[in-house]
Amino acid sequence: MGAGHVHQLYRHGHSPVHRLPAHVKVVALLAFVVIVVATPREAFWAFGVYAALLAIVAVVARVPGRFILTRMVVEIPFVVFALLLPFLAAGERVDVLGVSVSLEGLLAGWNILAKGTLGVVASILLAATTDARALLLALQKLRVPSVLVEITSFMVRYADVITAEMRRMKIARESRAFRGNSLKVVATSAGALFIRSYERGERVHLAMLSRGYSGQLPVLEVQQAPPAQWAAAGLLPLTALAVSITAWMTL
Amino acid sequence: MSVPSLEVDSLAFAYPDGHQALFGVSLSVARGERVALLGPNGAGKTTLVLHLNGILTGGVGSVRVAGLPVRKDTLLEIRRRVGIVFQDPDDQLFMPTVRDDVAFGPANLGLSGSELDDRVHLALSQVGMEKYADRPPHHLSFGQRRRVAVATVLAMGPEILVLDEPSSNLDPAARRELAEVLLSLDVTILMVTHDLPYALELCPRSVVLSEGVIAADAPTRDLLLDADLLAQHRLELPFGFDPATAPLPGRR
Repeated sequence: MGAGHVHQLYRHGHSPVHRLPAHVKVVALLAFVVIVVATPREAFWAFGVYAALLAIVAVVARVPGRFILTRMVVEIPFVVFALLLPFLAAGERVDVLGVSVSLEGLLAGWNILAKGTLGVVASILLAATTDARALLLALQKLRVPSVLVEITSFMVRYADVITAEMRRMKIARESRAFRGNSLKVVATSAGALFIRSYERGERVHLAMLSRGYSGQLPVLEVQQAPPAQWAAAGLLPLTALAVSITAWMTL
Repeated sequence: MSVPSLEVDSLAFAYPDGHQALFGVSLSVARGERVALLGPNGAGKTTLVLHLNGILTGGVGSVRVAGLPVRKDTLLEIRRRVGIVFQDPDDQLFMPTVRDDVAFGPANLGLSGSELDDRVHLALSQVGMEKYADRPPHHLSFGQRRRVAVATVLAMGPEILVLDEPSSNLDPAARRELAEVLLSLDVTILMVTHDLPYALELCPRSVVLSEGVIAADAPTRDLLLDADLLAQHRLELPFGFDPATAPLPGRR
């Protein structure tokens, strides 16, 4: 059924970044984001270096800029908030292009915008180079509580099933001349979809019990990462760490 | 004579809301037999199936699988022995890839490593799906998903395979392919269905469950030729189908 066939975030490839074990990449991403967040906001140059680092990763991973840009829309609400801050915040005011804005708000907005964008881009790069199943195994390996991993796993598996169900309901509505002009009908459909999904959940649970499920998904694959791969993945956060430390020292 | 694969003895069951679904069902299925369980909607077929592996318990009567009674302390072994293939493969296949899903059952039984891989490979080759091991289930056709669902329980080495409406929603080619797979398996089969030609093709023996009791138990062809019996239990042959002249492939 049309879309859904390839997860939109994942981009199939065989680059060095694709080949790194998923849990190594997750750790590297987490470390990078923490370091970025811990960098003083006044060190403008540091954020430029971080962006350049991510650009290098994107080139090595052969992920085109357009692919990243279109997936950055999730950030828009934060961007709007960041753009409003200079006008809303109190304190010392400065003139930018003839408009009086708050200096504190300007810095706070910049802080959110720069750090948020870097985090989003880094996450997109992880998702683009790691398929959903590998990510799940990585979370399992990193000892994320199994309930969370299982919930995520079911979400990945059933997102398409439920979207297809929703699409069929929409087609069935429209086939009877519904034109989306009644909120009540849409709300009722949403309720019906919820009940159907809930009932499917019960059937899935029955099927799991029938195959000996006893409360924990079996760990299916143990992947090991050689030191060389840790070192390769570590390049990004370690370089970022050096940048961050320099930023603090030169402040 | 060896121990029967399945022995159901005077099983009665009422749901908590008071609705009684089974009124004393007795049924014995010998090892290697293929039996169709026929009956109209609401006859209690699903309720009976859920008793076979102890999902439902607490009524009167007993169920034994290859001699082992269904009880709380035998549940894991019972669920290994009874492989239920549910009607909607999307309910059965919940792991990210076909391989993981087929491995789910045997991994729950404690298998791992190459032993687990061999099981998965064998089960997938039994249903002709070994090439699809790394695909996510939702990328497969409906017929392929149903065959994978069969593999998920075959991988547990079941004593008896229980199929709930195996031919539903299949196109004729997928239906034939599934029949070929089922006929090639060396396992006891209990097949719940409304699809009378399918029952005739696959199962030498049929039982009719109606209003919570076994209303008939006979060779499938004899049963399908009894027009009064069929009418009495809301069973109907498809237009133009004559069980008297239908050829029977794959009979053992």
